[in-house]
Amino acid sequence: MADNVNVCENNDQVERPQGELRQRRDAGTTRATADNGTRGETELNGQPPTAPRAPPAHVVTDSEDDEDEELTLKYGAKHVIMLFVPVTLCMVVVVATIKSVSFYTQNDGQQLLYTPFREDTDTVGQRAINSILNASIMITVIVVMTLVLVVLYKYRCYKVIHGWLFISSLLLLFFFSFIYLGEVFKTYNVAMDYITLALIIWNFGVVGMICIHWKGPLRLQQAYLIMISALMALVFIKYLPEWTAWLILAVISVYDLLAVLCPKGPLRILVETAQERNEAIFPALIYSSTMVWLVGMADNVETKNNSSTPPQPESQAVPMTPSSPGEDDGGFTTTWVGHQEQQLGPLQSTDDTRREIQQMPSARPPADDDDEERGVKLGLGDFIFYSMLVGKASAAASGDWNTTLACFVAILIGLCLTLLLLAIFKKALPALPISITFGLVFYFATDNLVRPFMDQLAMHQFYI
Amino acid sequence: MLRPPVPVTKYYRDEDTRKYNKTTKPIPGNDLTHQDPLRVIILIAGAFFWLLSLLLSSLVWFIAVKASNSDDPSLQRGLLIFGGIFSVLLQEVFRYAYYRILRKANEGLAAISEDESSTISVRQMAYVAGLGFGIMSGAFSMINILSDSLGPGTVGIFGDSQYYFITSALMTLAITLLHTFWGVVFFEGCEKSRWWVIGVVVALHLLVSCLSLLNPLYSGSLPPVYAIMVLMAVWAFFSAGGSLASVTQLCSRRKTDVNSS
Repeated sequence: MADNVNVCENNDQVERPQGELRQRRDAGTTRATADNGTRGETELNGQPPTAPRAPPAHVVTDSEDDEDEELTLKYGAKHVIMLFVPVTLCMVVVVATIKSVSFYTQNDGQQLLYTPFREDTDTVGQRAINSILNASIMITVIVVMTLVLVVLYKYRCYKVIHGWLFISSLLLLFFFSFIYLGEVFKTYNVAMDYITLALIIWNFGVVGMICIHWKGPLRLQQAYLIMISALMALVFIKYLPEWTAWLILAVISVYDLLAVLCPKGPLRILVETAQERNEAIFPALIYSSTMVWLVGMADNVETKNNSSTPPQPESQAVPMTPSSPGEDDGGFTTTWVGHQEQQLGPLQSTDDTRREIQQMPSARPPADDDDEERGVKLGLGDFIFYSMLVGKASAAASGDWNTTLACFVAILIGLCLTLLLLAIFKKALPALPISITFGLVFYFATDNLVRPFMDQLAMHQFYI
Repeated sequence: MLRPPVPVTKYYRDEDTRKYNKTTKPIPGNDLTHQDPLRVIILIAGAFFWLLSLLLSSLVWFIAVKASNSDDPSLQRGLLIFGGIFSVLLQEVFRYAYYRILRKANEGLAAISEDESSTISVRQMAYVAGLGFGIMSGAFSMINILSDSLGPGTVGIFGDSQYYFITSALMTLAITLLHTFWGVVFFEGCEKSRWWVIGVVVALHLLVSCLSLLNPLYSGSLPPVYAIMVLMAVWAFFSAGGSLASVTQLCSRRKTDVNSS
């Protein structure tokens, strides 16, 4: 479970941060170059671009640069909304479950394996120490899992990683949803037989596995990712004791900040390694607001242009091999060929011309699999921790809805600010720190300060 | 972890050379809807600003209560009134601060957009910001009452008024709409540098709050508040650029549409 959480933050895509602006423009014609070379001087197939035939892809102007920036910032608002909706949905599911199904707020006395110390101690000091120990054990487990994942990725043990992710999502989709459904039925006193239940859970689980790990309609995949994030958050809310949960939230946002931004941070290493290898991400760990890239799509685009058969350029003269001088030259007499060459330039294809054709953008537009923009991607771990914060707020805050609402708004505003920073810096950023900080501040402030104030105001019906 | 978006490069066919060229410009006619996301963001940010003002004012009230004698009910009531009035003033301060921030952001957006004009006007921002304040204020006032109204209980069992729920609902509605209208008028006043408008808005807000102090006497609080709301609606309508002509035009156009269809 913890590994799933942690692993959620390791996600990857073909987009490359620093060289992005440049490579976007030259998409489809360049190989990914890891160096931040001079803009516009891209090496294609190992040959420098030929000056007279500078194809449009090579020309880098400042206006293109500005346009890209404008578009990124303008589309930024749309991306914010594209992320607001799933985050809101996940939180709504968690809060609705917490408020209605009492199972997730009951204290059965059970705790996770990773938090062995109990919090029902006699003194406050002992409780504080126990919760600090619990939180440190949990964070250590998460750090170790991240490092193991990074090491496995670096040494290309893809099968192990995929197997691990497969088993995690199997557990979530079948076992945890079975428990959830059972508790919902208990709450609403619905009688259900095992056969129907088995059918429901089987179908739910199998469709979920297919959607998440293979292909499926985008909305269905997004819905499944939201559901498994909500299930995970509910598990955390149930099995983590109070103070431990708040401490874990605080520490994990610090860890997220360090892991993504520090040069030697494991998540940053993961992202950079994946970029160097130009690979797609593990599909089970990331929520994407638009179509997921087909695996190896970038390779397809590039091999198209590196292929040995050049596409027929419409405005280029069809290269013809001059027939061997002989009787049967098919009407293409040397005078005709000479005349054509005069008008259209050399007709014979040489190595140079072939290379240039290969380098140019193909005359037909490459197949755009998605007409929408490439959306912004958010890791599932972020969903889980946001929902955990809001769920804990609604579970613990004396049944008060104001606290839940305040935490919800705080998290959304944190997400908005993070997306704004993303639009400015254009590299992978940690999504947890700002939102969780706002969420925690607003939780404690609303629970302790605003709640008594609003209660008093409501009692006297004094409106402000 | 958040990964940045990458605008898609679209290919358009150049008629002169009959080749496909790359562009990152949006295909015209496709993307005119980026007003709505901006409005949602401004709404949520407005709610956030109202929340911040409430937080600070409740901090002040809390400190005052803790520092005072908690056995004296009239003192507590006095402190509550003080807290309420301070909160009203702080809300208006935060409204002004939000106005300044939105102006800056709007200028930024306009500077980088293609045609040097921003996609959202100050009037729309005013409306949405006011609505954000109103929604958050209404939600905080009403949602606990709503959740309690589901549970078992009797209204006014200790001799209080039986109309608690309905009057709370009516008052919350009035406050939400009032915040929206105040937002429109306030921003317009700031735009045109008419500072008396700000003073009037603050005074009206204080008046509405103090009217609610009369509150078990609902005939003294609700009708005046609704009267103020209607006046503010008319003022906001004219402030946002409406006029009698546009209203009559709307009615006559509807009549001609009905007649012609």
